[in-house]
Amino acid sequence: MIILVGTNITEAHPVASTFVKDAVLAGAKLIVIDPRRTDMVDFAEMHVPLKVGSDVALINGVMNVLIEENLYDKKYVDSCTEGFEELKKKVMEYPPERAAEISGIPADTIRELARKMASVKPAMLMYTLGITEHICGVNNVMSCANLQMLLGNVGVECGGVNPQRGQNNVQGACDMGALPNVFPGYQQVANADARAKFAKAWNVKSLPDKPGMMMPTMMKNLTTGKVKAFYVFGENLANTEPDIHHVERELQSAEFLVCQDIFPTETTRFAHVILPAAAWSENDGTFASSERRVNRVRAASVPPGDARPNWWIFKELAKRFGHEWQSSSAQEIWDNEISVLAPSMAGIKYARLENDGLQWPCPTEDHPGTPTLHKGGKFTRGLGMLKAIDYIPPAEVPDQEYPFVLSTGRRLYHYHTRTQTGRSAGINDLLGEETADISTADAEAKGISDGEKISVKSRRGEVVVKARVTKEVPPGLVWMAFHFREACANWLTNPVYDPVTQTAEYKACAVRIDKLR
Amino acid sequence: MSDTFILNGKETPYTPGQMILEAAKVGGIEIPTLCYLKGSTPTGACRICLVEVKGARSLMAACSTPVTPGMEVFTETALVHQARKLNVELLLSSGTHNCLTCEANGNCRLQDLAYFYKITDLRFEEKAASDIYPKEDRNPLIVRDFSRCILCGRCVQACNEVMVNRAISQGYRGKESKIVTGGDLPYHESECVFCGQCVEVCPVGALTEKKAKGLGRPWEIKKIRTTCPYCGVGCQQWLHVKDGKIVKVTAVEDAQPNMGRLCVKGRFAYDFIYSEERLKTPLIREANGEFREASWDEALDLVAEKFKEIIKKDGPDAIAGVSCARSINEDSYQMQKFFRAVIGTNNIDHCART
Repeated sequence: MIILVGTNITEAHPVASTFVKDAVLAGAKLIVIDPRRTDMVDFAEMHVPLKVGSDVALINGVMNVLIEENLYDKKYVDSCTEGFEELKKKVMEYPPERAAEISGIPADTIRELARKMASVKPAMLMYTLGITEHICGVNNVMSCANLQMLLGNVGVECGGVNPQRGQNNVQGACDMGALPNVFPGYQQVANADARAKFAKAWNVKSLPDKPGMMMPTMMKNLTTGKVKAFYVFGENLANTEPDIHHVERELQSAEFLVCQDIFPTETTRFAHVILPAAAWSENDGTFASSERRVNRVRAASVPPGDARPNWWIFKELAKRFGHEWQSSSAQEIWDNEISVLAPSMAGIKYARLENDGLQWPCPTEDHPGTPTLHKGGKFTRGLGMLKAIDYIPPAEVPDQEYPFVLSTGRRLYHYHTRTQTGRSAGINDLLGEETADISTADAEAKGISDGEKISVKSRRGEVVVKARVTKEVPPGLVWMAFHFREACANWLTNPVYDPVTQTAEYKACAVRIDKLR
Repeated sequence: MSDTFILNGKETPYTPGQMILEAAKVGGIEIPTLCYLKGSTPTGACRICLVEVKGARSLMAACSTPVTPGMEVFTETALVHQARKLNVELLLSSGTHNCLTCEANGNCRLQDLAYFYKITDLRFEEKAASDIYPKEDRNPLIVRDFSRCILCGRCVQACNEVMVNRAISQGYRGKESKIVTGGDLPYHESECVFCGQCVEVCPVGALTEKKAKGLGRPWEIKKIRTTCPYCGVGCQQWLHVKDGKIVKVTAVEDAQPNMGRLCVKGRFAYDFIYSEERLKTPLIREANGEFREASWDEALDLVAEKFKEIIKKDGPDAIAGVSCARSINEDSYQMQKFFRAVIGTNNIDHCART
């Protein structure tokens, strides 16, 4: 069985979706939990169209039934997890009737959902940004983990909690320590031994021990003056971050902004220096995929003009501070530095990556890699931690003035801010502009016809955009993407963040829609 | 213990349920086929894989005939070759199979078979041009040339059973047969999502990539394996490169994780790298707000100088940076190393959280 929560997999991870569909054709059961009627619903035994942001309440309700009806995997919970009593106490506060009130899913449907989930083993839970892009994103993720542990589904092939990562190398950027609290391989900067190891390898006396700022804090501090210089490598923040008006004020405030990119973007407009970089097919290197698989990337063409590999640019900059870095190719950087310094990748060397790559943890050069984590219910931290979690509503909920919920995401044909897909022949012909997807009921009530330009307005901005009247969207919801500058959803989205991860609540804010006068 | 059958006189193992074609392949005998698509329900459409089975009343399609214990199969008899040749000749007459003008020239299974059977003359009259459905190339990415279609149905299998997009099927009947979308609409007006898997599996030149047209013959192409630059699935691609330029992208068959599949972005959104709008030289903003071109030395010196000034005045934590989740691991490693070891701050992040 496969449980999809907050993931529009056919559009955001199309190839992965084909394997899910194949599994359904071969007899697997599918449950889709999503406010929208996504394409996968065609293949599902059950579609659970919960209200935007009510995931914790729904999952608590499901776990309430699992415990009340004794359907959970008691043996697994007893031997592989801890925190059950606290969890139980909390979910007892969420009988299906209460969960129904919050999520909009009838209590009996929640019972049916719980029974169905308990009926098949193993079940894989897959989620993406529908879970994380909320002020309670961390809680949502932990709720998914709670559910899967309660069902005894973690640590088995075709089970687990399986987040699909949105970018080709977002996994890798994390693995490499492009995070304020960890070195490559998730070694804490606060750990003195780790610092000593890296300081020695990097030939410096000491390394900073205090975790740095997360991106939203960095940007906020551009306006407070705490951050003077901002170095933006391959990000188009002026389109991707919530509340564009505000983001642009922040970028404008930078005393010194360096942008390193392959194209001029809405963000490079604010730069003081722009450095031209080599692109995807112009580099040798590696990406790490959603499944922690390190794959080779190979150079097939030369960069235009004076554009240079990014690693070279950093090396040249370091040289200007008196640091002579030895590695002078991606392979040397990986083989001689990364895999030496990150124990979980110690066994991964370029010579081993010729074909299908390797999944970390891969601690030694004869290790075959690790496709499934927490094998046999033996968790990396020892016992799986069940966490009691309470529901909190989105930061901004509909009211009289802004009566609709805006939720955002990606569409099949474009990728993020279209810097790449917008410049690939034919793609714009398949999707040439943004739309605001609204329900038939709302369209009728407002007298809006399909394809008509309407105004979508939040407390932060307004866009004029074509309405797309569709059965995919339930009444009360407006759905948009952030691919096109003019009608980008981020003119409207709310810059509020999960307190732990500082992930923004892209999935929920309040808007109004109006016919143009 | 697996069962055995007799393949060209040799005792050969097979697994119950296996078709002759698959069992023979494992046994080292490659039976030619045009319609067989691994992992899909066999259709037996092309009749190229015909073999002799002792005791059978007619030749059997190896792709759709399950092996039975002790079955005696002959793949290379005169009768087999005669039938295969006849079927190739019939297929050659089914449309306009003119290799000179075909994008698939050099990468065509029908061409391979015609060559193997030394067919130099058309034995049957070609279908009249007026009886052939017009080419559909109104959609932006895929050329559907029905004059070259042999109705093998691999595209239909790929669309329905592999990708499960259910956009195309076998339409009409008899000599009117055609691979159609719902309502026989052009691809871009149909349910098609342009994954291009139909193109990937087409054994002839009926389905080809519009953007690749005329840019390189198979024998001029060097294939380089790489990883897709879009979502986090990590699909493995072949970049088809001619004279240092990517002319086409296909999937790596049998490779993890995508097993020969790609989506619209992975297959068709590669040419951004050749956009005229690429940044080609470092740029420095002038006092008047305009950017001017600069050398690497000038631009990097300026960045270093400015950073040193800020570090001196406000400390290393007054500098912050975000790395790129699109670029290679080694680039992110270098950037965080630069921030930590050179600038002296942990103010390094990327878009994983947003």
